[in-house]
Amino acid sequence: MATTLLLKHIAVPGIKSLDVYRNMGGYASVEKALRTLTPNQVTEEVKKSGLRGRGGAGFPTGMKWGFLAKPEGVPRYLVCNADESEPGTFKDRYLMEHIPHALIEGMITSSYALGARKSYIYIRGEYFYVSRILQHAIDEAYAAGWLGENILGSGFSHDCYVQVGAGAYICGEETALLESLEGKRGNPRIKPPFPAVAGLWGCPTVVNNVETIAAVCPIITMGGEAYSKIGIGKSTGTKLISASGHINKPGVYEIELGLPVEEFIFSDAYCGGIRNGRKLKAVVAGGSSVPILPAELILKTAQGEPRLMSYESLAEGGFQTGTMLGSGGFIVMDDQTSIVKNLLTFARFYHHESCGQCSPCREGTGWMEKLISKFLSGTAHESDVDLLWDIQSKIEGKTICPLGEAAAWPVAAAIRHFKSEFLELARNKSYVEINHYKRLQPVS
Amino acid sequence: MSAEVHGTQKFDATKRTQIVFSASAMALVQKLISNYPKGKEKSALIPVLHIAQAEFGGWLSPEVMDYVASVLQIKPVEVFEVASFYTMFHLKPVGKCVLEVCQTSSCWLNGAEDIVHYIEKKLGIKVGETTPDGMFTLKVAECLGSCGTAPMLQCGASYHENLTYTKVDQILEQYASEGRPRYYTDLDYTNTL
Ligand SMILES: Cc1cc2nc3c(=O)[nH]c(=O)nc-3n(C[C@H](O)[C@H](O)[C@H](O)COP(=O)(O)O)c2cc1C
Ligand code: FES
Repeated sequence: MATTLLLKHIAVPGIKSLDVYRNMGGYASVEKALRTLTPNQVTEEVKKSGLRGRGGAGFPTGMKWGFLAKPEGVPRYLVCNADESEPGTFKDRYLMEHIPHALIEGMITSSYALGARKSYIYIRGEYFYVSRILQHAIDEAYAAGWLGENILGSGFSHDCYVQVGAGAYICGEETALLESLEGKRGNPRIKPPFPAVAGLWGCPTVVNNVETIAAVCPIITMGGEAYSKIGIGKSTGTKLISASGHINKPGVYEIELGLPVEEFIFSDAYCGGIRNGRKLKAVVAGGSSVPILPAELILKTAQGEPRLMSYESLAEGGFQTGTMLGSGGFIVMDDQTSIVKNLLTFARFYHHESCGQCSPCREGTGWMEKLISKFLSGTAHESDVDLLWDIQSKIEGKTICPLGEAAAWPVAAAIRHFKSEFLELARNKSYVEINHYKRLQPVS
Repeated sequence: MSAEVHGTQKFDATKRTQIVFSASAMALVQKLISNYPKGKEKSALIPVLHIAQAEFGGWLSPEVMDYVASVLQIKPVEVFEVASFYTMFHLKPVGKCVLEVCQTSSCWLNGAEDIVHYIEKKLGIKVGETTPDGMFTLKVAECLGSCGTAPMLQCGASYHENLTYTKVDQILEQYASEGRPRYYTDLDYTNTL
């Protein structure tokens, strides 16, 4: 039986409410932490667990918490990143919508560890109705004494607030998020200083993803040591995967890290295989920013080892033959998919979402979108593939935040693995948009 | 109008009495402001702009932005630079119902373009246009976090997922008869945005 921690009680009727959540063992981490552990001990447990940030970068959470500056008399903040805008990713929404108290509980336990009197959940504006669900959960938690003054008589007091954004992918980048939380444009800040030293309103701040914060609950409840035994190697614990595209069963799945990719795609317990009996062509495994891989490389590494759903295995082979776990946005494409057209949707996205501060990203994303659309409109030359390669290679490492890389990587990977598709479009000027809607109607 | 207003002049509420938050909206604005430490009231700007957009006709005119600036006691330009940065804020008038069809990867793979064409044909407008009766504006959007239930569109505070042509017909009919979408502020006024 596969281990589930975050979604264990997803099917329990009423799990959205505090009462049911509590009956299923909810808020145990708050009780345990406040009654039996010091803040530093909570951080130690998180370090032992091996938990890595679930927002995309996979940075060790305990280590990040350890960096938090603690000057006397200066407030510290925990900020939850619920901006979730990486194309292909919808797991945070699922968790917050169905088990909102998992996040609120994690916010309280984590804030206790960090010594944060106040915390903020920054949620993308489009998820407005989810922000209402969270607010309701927060109200319930206040009424039951899990938030507010002197929680459980421990002397620890905490307030948690929800703030909505207004539509900007860049606000998922942690310093842009802080700018936005302060009521400004979402322009990423130059680092250093890092948020751990100067974050929200210039105060020491930890920014963590929704799933990361929710994972703190089982870690404290079961102990960091026990959590670290789940998963594989340095990929400890479970991960929420958002599965979409041409699969029979799109949705959010909690997997134990280390699950073979092949099982994830084809087993009925997960994606249930490719729709309408078609064949697998390619997968974007960790959200739009990570390199796309053709079927043979996503199922097996270049060495012929089975590819696993873990940070290390997906990255095996570097960018030449590997990819990244990223945010866990798993987009599956069947054999009729145009890789170039799919790439155009990504390029258009990054062009639209570039904040415009750095010229390589602001201009480069626009040029890439234009060039890619030339292949589809039949006006590209073969040499345009090289030009496209050249542009993407000049963005990486030259921008304030990693949005530039996030825009360049998918372009590089599409050319690396599917160059012939670009060349054929340039030669034959042959792109015809297929009607995906009609083609996906079930064959009876 | 607003060239000089956006400079140094303060918004003069007595001259534009029509732009004033309703009592319930104002109560919500005050509650939002209290979520932040003293002196950091500006942090409430984005949520307050959402309320303003819902209250004053679905878009943010220069007058509305000036009013928001006066409420938060910040400069009008601070409001404008934020309002112009975020996609959810409309700086030009829009139809009562703005249909935003996601066009990014997972939605495209599941027929989003066909859904867009279907709506264009049905409403007789192109992407970016508004129907002559002012009811519908059609837009395309980037990934709305609904990729597993693609194709999808958002209208106001509602997500419409797993779209089919039949479902689109029903949605359009429903909005045409109700006259407007559910706004954020409809969901519950007593709580925080
Ligand atoms: C352009 C860009 C967009 C990002 N979007 C998100 C996001 O939507 N959600 C998220 O949790 N992290 C996002 N991140 C990563 C955050 O900057 C940050 O690393 C993360 O919130 C840290 O939390 P974690 O350590 O718990 O993963 C984004 C980063 C970049 C560069
Ligand atoms: S791609 Fe359309 S909602 Fe994500």
